[in-house]
Amino acid sequence: MPSDSILVADHVHRHYAGVTAVDVERVAIPRGKITALIGPNGAGKTTFFNLLTGFDKPQTGTWTFDGVRLDGRAPWQVARHGMVRTFQLTKVLGRLTVLENMLLGAKNRPGERLLTFWRGQDRSDLSRAREILARFKLDAKADDYAASLSGGQRKLLEMARAIMYEPRMVMLDEPMAGVNPALTQSLLHHIKDLKEQGMTVLFVEHDMHMVRYVADRVVVMAEGKIIAEGEPAEVLSSAAVVDAYLGAHHDTDLRELIRESES
Amino acid sequence: MIWESLRELITPTTAAYALAAIGLNVHFGLTGLLNFGQAGFVAVGAYGFAVSVMTFGLSAPLAIVVALLLAVVYALLLGVPTLRLRADYLAIVTIASAEIIRFALNSSAFATWTGGANGLYNEYSDWLKGSNPLPSGLLSLGPWTFTANDLWIAVVDWVVVLLVAGGIRLLVRSPWGRVLKGIREDEHAMLSLGKNVNLYKLQALVLGGVIGAAAGILYVQPTSVQPFDFATRMTFNMYTMLILGGAATVFGPILGSMIFWVVMSVTDQLVSLGVDAGLLHDVTQGSQLRFVLVGVALVLLVVFRPQGILGNRTELSFDAK
Repeated sequence: MPSDSILVADHVHRHYAGVTAVDVERVAIPRGKITALIGPNGAGKTTFFNLLTGFDKPQTGTWTFDGVRLDGRAPWQVARHGMVRTFQLTKVLGRLTVLENMLLGAKNRPGERLLTFWRGQDRSDLSRAREILARFKLDAKADDYAASLSGGQRKLLEMARAIMYEPRMVMLDEPMAGVNPALTQSLLHHIKDLKEQGMTVLFVEHDMHMVRYVADRVVVMAEGKIIAEGEPAEVLSSAAVVDAYLGAHHDTDLRELIRESES
Repeated sequence: MIWESLRELITPTTAAYALAAIGLNVHFGLTGLLNFGQAGFVAVGAYGFAVSVMTFGLSAPLAIVVALLLAVVYALLLGVPTLRLRADYLAIVTIASAEIIRFALNSSAFATWTGGANGLYNEYSDWLKGSNPLPSGLLSLGPWTFTANDLWIAVVDWVVVLLVAGGIRLLVRSPWGRVLKGIREDEHAMLSLGKNVNLYKLQALVLGGVIGAAAGILYVQPTSVQPFDFATRMTFNMYTMLILGGAATVFGPILGSMIFWVVMSVTDQLVSLGVDAGLLHDVTQGSQLRFVLVGVALVLLVVFRPQGILGNRTELSFDAK
């Protein structure tokens, strides 16, 4: 267990109509590091994301983010504490321009409150939004509707928008899905960049090459439980983890590992 | 004849509908809230004002404040329990509660205050007529002649409409308006960016509802208050105006209301001509036909020009994806 954890979750349990989706005893995400959350489809990764960010409520479970209890909080409160997520199916705001999407990422705008709506017409945010868009090679698209972006560009915009919020921790749900190889390279670069800026990154990913390349730590989920965690090289060489991805071929090993992790 | 129809461009009814449609646009066009009961807010405003003056003897300014506060309370009652739920629930609740309000106003149980099915005879607009600076008698404005009172009420109404439209324009372009548009596009994205979505939706519901109530106050100044006026048809007429003029545009509702009432007047006269020529049986039947045509027009608009006259085509074309 890493000594300096930004996020610590205990006994998080979520089941739907008797089917267990997430059953995490304890997980800790190290501060200022890039942690990859991997596991086969249906392992509960996205559900776990939803629980931690308040989009779903667990039956049991507590977690603290930077020392503050965040379980039971609404999603917008979680974001205000500095934990911002993206979505597996991108959620860009289609009928707003790319730049407007970015400006909505800025936090604490006085103009966003009804009683002070005339204030803060984004002059400082505007330059920062353009600067981040340029980093993500979206600056030429700034005045286009976000709905006109390609799937990969939407992933980029969603990530750029999350960064606009200046969070302490970014949670990326499959940031590379559907992104072409050239863009993938720059996305990986961006993720490393976030760490250099002092942010903590937690991301879900299926491509093991990328996980190996970018992650400082890997957490493996299967059937709602965390079955392994540690350094990428060590975890990814584990036979059971490889099997978890291969499916039922070496099913027994996986079950054994689950039992081990429970005991 | 055509001049007579074009008179509808500036009548108080057109102004009142335009204002209520501006309020509805805050809900539907800006925030994406499906309010199918804007007529309920209009009724709250109209009755809130008229009853305050006639039954409780309040002064007009105080009665206006009371009517608008009632609309705030009504919006909170509707919004607090339903805005957490999916969008469709608000639609169901608003349409049902608007009907509850209308039936309650229509019922004899409250007739002491509301006049029941007879409504309230206009003894509440003296403040407006008394403040009329225009010379009395018939006044001509371009091709039209008005009584001094009618013209004064129209002037006051349109000043209110333009002031509110101007205010909404500022709001739409503010960061606050941008958050509402963001909620219209995707609530979850806005939650993930730290926006208290329910609070914003409640603010939008209250604001649009209060504008609807203000429209109700304007609506009844030249006439009496009739519970039948606030039927669901009123809300759908507003949706027709909104989509005709361009939802999510600031001046679309005004243009939509103008066109709507001119067209209604033209068709009304065509029906009269048809009856005179023996093509239609009677005027009542012909008038019903006009409202059938409104429905057909709404369907055609949604299919062929969903963005309306002032709307932006590219903005809507993405929805087809």
